[in-house]
Amino acid sequence: MYTAADLRKGLKITIDNEPYIITHFDFAKPGKGQALYRTKMKNMITGSTLDRTYRSGETFEPANLEDRVMQYLYKEDDHYCFMDNTTFEQIHISEDAMGDAKNYLIDNLQVDVLLFREKAIGVDVPNFVNLRVVQTDPWVKGDTSGSDSKPATVETGYVLRVPPFIEEGELITIDTRTGEYSTRVKG
Amino acid sequence: MFFQEKGYLEVETPFRIPAPAPEAQIDAIPSDGWFLQTSPELCMKRLLAAGYPRIFQICRCWRAGERGTRHLSEFTMLEWYRAEADYRVLMDETEELVRSAAGVDSITYRGTHIDLSAPWERITVRAAFERYTGTTAEAALAAGTFDELMVEEIEPRLGIGRPTFIYDYPASCSALARLKSDDPSVAERFELYLGGLEIANAFSELIDPVEQRSRFEAEAAQRAGDGKHGYPMPEKFLAALADMPEAAGIALGLDRLVMVLLDAQSIDEVVAFTTEEL
Repeated sequence: MYTAADLRKGLKITIDNEPYIITHFDFAKPGKGQALYRTKMKNMITGSTLDRTYRSGETFEPANLEDRVMQYLYKEDDHYCFMDNTTFEQIHISEDAMGDAKNYLIDNLQVDVLLFREKAIGVDVPNFVNLRVVQTDPWVKGDTSGSDSKPATVETGYVLRVPPFIEEGELITIDTRTGEYSTRVKG
Repeated sequence: MFFQEKGYLEVETPFRIPAPAPEAQIDAIPSDGWFLQTSPELCMKRLLAAGYPRIFQICRCWRAGERGTRHLSEFTMLEWYRAEADYRVLMDETEELVRSAAGVDSITYRGTHIDLSAPWERITVRAAFERYTGTTAEAALAAGTFDELMVEEIEPRLGIGRPTFIYDYPASCSALARLKSDDPSVAERFELYLGGLEIANAFSELIDPVEQRSRFEAEAAQRAGDGKHGYPMPEKFLAALADMPEAAGIALGLDRLVMVLLDAQSIDEVVAFTTEEL
């Protein structure tokens, strides 16, 4: 259990059964008045932010989060199935909790799963993943339309802009932090 | 120099004391059975009672649990006391001191221009609540939201464009201040703000030992109710009060004043070592 005096930037606490991380903290105290602890925090599931001011003596439940390396197995309905490679335990993660990570899931991909009270709340994929282009229009030589990119669909179904010279069947590297094309994998 | 020219005597009083003023919201750090001072107030008032009419001191003070961009639990205080004066005299003297320390007519603090040469704003706590909040000071006190409204709505608007003295605090927020003779619901206490930052707190001193004892008892009861440790009653101070002349005193946070003059974002920038760096 934390008290208001423990509040600081980076501390993770539980409010209304959801984990929050404190992003800004300051201590305020009017002259002869009571201490006030002013915080801004971010909901670690929804990303929404909250401004709260607490008084001394108030208490907080820590938000205990666990980070586990897991391997992607398969998708079933609107759930994604992952396995812990050391315990062989399998968990299902809903599409909502996956966020953008679902765009990059190929079989056996290693990801970091963030768990809160044994429930997955987030998935971190590697910064760069290689995915095969399954559909894109051919490059017309001499095209003078001035366009320097075109849409392409990769094996996960994700659609992004790629340079005109990329052809179907090629392997490309995607920066998962931006979702953008990074480079072509020569193979 | 400023104080010498005005006939003030520099004094030193012990940092470690057996009995700090039992204020509800200020926590002293224990030190081998005694306490580190939260302010040199009680010892300096005993010197006033002993016959020193104008005294000042620059010293370290400690307050448990106070740490933020505007607070260090060990900080530097400038306090001065003047016999035969009230809080209005100290407002004038504080204006003079800050102007003299700044040495310029205007400063910029956190993007806010502050004109030191213009007449400084003087606003009562009551008027500030009316101007900046949707409620009155009395209603806020009754609802327990006085401190929040001060911090969230009022303080950020004080000392913008020019310095602000906010004065006449509710009697219950002023354990050591004299009540106003024509309106005993408020005490003759003021705070100085520059750019939303509290720089100083002052008051016309309460010199009635009986009244002071009952105020201390009320503060001690609140401490007990809040589950905080108690302090011994400062008996020698209470005994000396009977001999103390009419006086006014002020405590000015020197680190805060330096912050404003140097446009520092955090108190960390104006000390050599913060608590965390030790």
